[in-house]
Amino acid sequence: MLPEKLRSIFRKGSDPALHGSPSAARVERAPQSLVPAGLVSLRAAKKDAPLTRPSRGLEQFFFNIRDVVGLSILDCAGANQENINFLVDLGHKIYSQDLVRNLDDAFGLDPAEQTNVSRIDYFLRQNFDYPSETFDGVLLWDSLQFMSPALLNAVVERLYDVMKPNAYLLAFFTAKEHATEAPSYAFRIIDNKTIVLSSRGSRPSGQVFNNRNLEKLFGKFDSVKFFLTRESLREVIVRR
Amino acid sequence: MSSAPHRIPETEPRNTAMIGKSVKVIGQIFTKEDLYVDGDVEGTIESQENKVTVGPNGRVQASIRAREVIILGQVQGNVETSDKVDIRKDAKLVGDITTARISIEDGALFKGSIDIKKPEPKPTAAPHAQVTPAPHAPAAPVAVGAGAPRA
Repeated sequence: MLPEKLRSIFRKGSDPALHGSPSAARVERAPQSLVPAGLVSLRAAKKDAPLTRPSRGLEQFFFNIRDVVGLSILDCAGANQENINFLVDLGHKIYSQDLVRNLDDAFGLDPAEQTNVSRIDYFLRQNFDYPSETFDGVLLWDSLQFMSPALLNAVVERLYDVMKPNAYLLAFFTAKEHATEAPSYAFRIIDNKTIVLSSRGSRPSGQVFNNRNLEKLFGKFDSVKFFLTRESLREVIVRR
Repeated sequence: MSSAPHRIPETEPRNTAMIGKSVKVIGQIFTKEDLYVDGDVEGTIESQENKVTVGPNGRVQASIRAREVIILGQVQGNVETSDKVDIRKDAKLVGDITTARISIEDGALFKGSIDIKKPEPKPTAAPHAQVTPAPHAPAAPVAVGAGAPRA
């Protein structure tokens, strides 16, 4: 919610930021201590607009599986045409599911529900019921950060089992260490190093994430690599 | 009155076999024409050279094999097509897909694998060979008399 002084400025005509040319008169009216009105409204306008940005994590993921066709890739973003086209054009077989949506179906929105052992077993059977060493790559996107510790540990354990040796997984975690909520996105692949993030609102974060506890989480895996983005996302590449 | 050709809405296909929304079929369905399913089907659906459409009220717990499959309702089962699978918004498919092409609209739910198998290119006809006349061979001697072969 904008401060009253800024809201009164916007009431008096069109927003200069939306027309791309901030008006000097409007900037003069805004108090010097506040961020320029044009910039604030631009952030607000962009909040729900899809964001196209490069991804070092994605680039590393596809670099690691370059020059090979016929791989089995699990995409947990939910089926979308862009991801399917991209992975199919690379010659791979895709397994698709919407892991965040399936979390809601299994546990509801309350992270406390994610401690129920029988529900965790049900979730694993519904979402990771694959033979051992099925996948050459797993795109988890931001789904893991909405899992509470018990569920997260069980899922990571199962991922280790269903991934082939030397397979890679890509996961995103919020870099804000004390956040109780994290933004949720739909992810679409544009090319091997560019993604589009579309906001799906905010969700309770399963726990606090930092590099140390992520290294511990993936302790059974061979290696963990981190990339930090401007949107306060920690992109993590893990090798099985 | 419009002179534009009348377009048959996809929801009301003509010259197509139909399973209405109050109908439930349990078993194997084989068809040699397009099939529109708006009811319940359990079993298998096979329409190798034709199109199968699962309408918005369709609930299919079956494997489907067809030239083309369009899903507007719910399917639980594997789908295999020689041409295309088209999953529309609000549709739900749980199962593995084998197809040459796939289209999925935003809002559709899909869980399973996608295996793209492009059709093998048809062998092209050999170019018409230029017939070069054989060098003129000396005529074979012709037998004269009864039993001689006719020219």
